[in-house]
Amino acid sequence: MSESTNTIEEFVASDYKYGFVTNIESDTVPPGLSEDTIRFISAKKSEPTWLTEWRLKAFRHWLTMEEPKWPNVHYTQPDYQAISYYSAPKQKKTLNSLDEVDPELRKTFDKLGISLNEQKRLSGVAVDAVVDSVSVATTFKTELAKQGIIFSSFSEAVAHHPELVQKYLGSVVPHTDNFYAALNSAVFTDGSFCYIPKGVRCPMELSTYFRIEAANTGQFERTLIVADEGAYVSYLEGCTAPMRDENQLHAAVVELIAMESAQIKYSTVQNWYPGDKDGKGGIYNFVTKRGLCKGANSKISWTQVETGSAITWKYPSCILLGDNSQGEFYSVAVTNNCQQADTGTKMIHIGKNTRSTIISKGISAGRGQNSYRGQVKVMKGAANARNFSQCDSLLLGDKCGAHTFPYIDVQNPTAQVEHEASTSKIGEDQIFYLNQRGIETQDAVNMIVNGFCKEVFRELPMEFAVEAQKLLGVSLDGSVG
Amino acid sequence: MNPPLIEITNLSAGINGKQILKGINLTVRPGEVHAIMGPNGSGKSTLGYVLAGRKGYDVTGGSVTYDGKDLIELSPEDRAREGLFLAFQYPVEIPGVNNTYFLRAAYNEQRKHRKQEEVDAVDFLAIVRQKMKLLELPEAMLKRAVNEGFSGGEKKRNEIFQMAVLDPKLAILDETDSGLDIDALRIVAEGVNKLKRPDNATIVITHYQRLLNYIVPDFVHVLFDGRLIKSGGKELALELEEKGYDWLIGKNGK
Ligand SMILES: Nc1ncnc2c1ncn2[C@@H]1O[C@H](COP(=O)(O)OP(=O)(O)OP(=O)(O)O)[C@@H](O)[C@H]1O
Ligand SMILES: [Mg+2]
Repeated sequence: MSESTNTIEEFVASDYKYGFVTNIESDTVPPGLSEDTIRFISAKKSEPTWLTEWRLKAFRHWLTMEEPKWPNVHYTQPDYQAISYYSAPKQKKTLNSLDEVDPELRKTFDKLGISLNEQKRLSGVAVDAVVDSVSVATTFKTELAKQGIIFSSFSEAVAHHPELVQKYLGSVVPHTDNFYAALNSAVFTDGSFCYIPKGVRCPMELSTYFRIEAANTGQFERTLIVADEGAYVSYLEGCTAPMRDENQLHAAVVELIAMESAQIKYSTVQNWYPGDKDGKGGIYNFVTKRGLCKGANSKISWTQVETGSAITWKYPSCILLGDNSQGEFYSVAVTNNCQQADTGTKMIHIGKNTRSTIISKGISAGRGQNSYRGQVKVMKGAANARNFSQCDSLLLGDKCGAHTFPYIDVQNPTAQVEHEASTSKIGEDQIFYLNQRGIETQDAVNMIVNGFCKEVFRELPMEFAVEAQKLLGVSLDGSVG
Repeated sequence: MNPPLIEITNLSAGINGKQILKGINLTVRPGEVHAIMGPNGSGKSTLGYVLAGRKGYDVTGGSVTYDGKDLIELSPEDRAREGLFLAFQYPVEIPGVNNTYFLRAAYNEQRKHRKQEEVDAVDFLAIVRQKMKLLELPEAMLKRAVNEGFSGGEKKRNEIFQMAVLDPKLAILDETDSGLDIDALRIVAEGVNKLKRPDNATIVITHYQRLLNYIVPDFVHVLFDGRLIKSGGKELALELEEKGYDWLIGKNGK
């Protein structure tokens, strides 16, 4: 095992030293998926036997499953044998200056107000040794270590904290859960791991942004966050900058575990490439995200702003096992042009006095199709469970669509479940009112849309909220004539 | 005499092919207050919308010169930035959009248009506080969403508050008095009077002469069936109050 580690390190090192891209390229497995591919991946990553076995079990189960047909989306199924499931970290082509960056991309960066240094980092322009984010990242890690917080790539966690990983991996999203989760379990390459010890309140927002090595974790990402008793963490995933990727299929798994009185706040901004105006070339984003409120009085909040991808299939969910535990889901999903989104949440009430809140805002423009699919399930033992759901849809134009599929299953008579839904259009009178105050139509639309999303944006950390607002503007650019 | 601020010549306009304005002639000079009265459905609001450039309101004839420019050529937002303000008869709700945020965006659009520097949130708050005193508005109104859940009277006050902040050259007040209680009417009217300067002008659309006791017009016009059928001084409003419109319509009736 350690031999293969050396090999990878050598390759990476040699690439760095001589810039031999070809060496690295040869480290990619040929397309196709078999037990051998999985053993190869596991060996390349010097994984312990239990993990190899876990992957194989997932793979064998996956072979018996079928791709789900129930989501309200239409696409050509990926050919899973045509995908290459492993490639060693690639050195991105380094550009010499921002002038070499695609001008369209730069325009978007400017609209988002991304700083020049940041623009360079994101587009792979060579920068001086002192880049803001790198130095920040270093201070950041020292600070976390002092408090006993573990925040690392998934591979590092497997190497340094195998007992924690083994204990929790697959404990919320078992490898049998669904087609994409099974596939991810078999072939995941990397991701993030985070552990907050008992009673520790993580002093800063944890962001994948600071984990630069995670920028290229590829299409099968795995995230595992554990907040021990009384711990608190706020985790930010993603980036408002447009993310391009050659991989069409993305199937990530995120597992959250909150012990007694612990709280996890997980915020996502997803801005994968949605494809061109006709929907060509966009990313398929099939994600399984689930949180387990394991201990009493624990709380998990999902906040997501989904503007990218050609197809989004995503239901961040909460299992409210501990008594008095709380689950929250705040979501903004935008579909423009040919984008399709089928997203929502599941709140499973098991413990007594458990509470859940669902606020979903769907925005459709162009020919975009937006579906909310939410399940609220109250089990027999969940006395006095409470749920409040509000699903609002906003339509821009008349070629787009919004669909709501609420599933409610209540098995305890003391439970209270409330569901509200609305669909509205941006009014011509609203736009004229803003025009009459000097605000042009596109800005007026952005303002109205941001107002519509306010309840979700206020759940986001401050800077993230500002970026998300701008992002929404960019995503809807040209949506109203 | 001052050159006109707005000169409307033989203006005809319609909605969805239906002719509403049938040849309006009106000249307003800086420093003047004009009142437009007329029965329901005569086209008063339509005139306001046409001047503000609302989509769907098509000019079919005539011309409008505003501040030396061809008004009809300008986009609605450019008309606003050039200092044309319409206080809506039915102000629109923009849910979730903070009133101050919205107003600062509007204010800064105007400044950008004039090649002036934009003001930040802190400086803007100072400007806004001053204008609020003028209209005796509660501070809480600044924090709420634009017109969302406002009472009818609060919406009207919010319109005049916006006018105070944006400081237009030409303000068209469409039935701002309707829905205001007696005290609010006085406060709003006094606010409008305090904003009056030799270089700006106001067109007041109203059904009630009562408002004109506070905002004293230099001219009163009667709009009927898309035409201004009678013009006079402030005493015309009193006469209308007493006699109604029938005596005028009889003469001009279809
Ligand atoms: N979208 C529309 N389509 C057809 N006719 C319209 C439309 N909007 C307004 N009208 C008509 O245009 C005419 C003038 O309406 P306008 O609102 O300008 O009247 P007004 O003088 O402001 O009346 P009020 O005193 O009741 O406010 C009315 O007959 C009205 O029904
Ligand atoms: Mg009217």
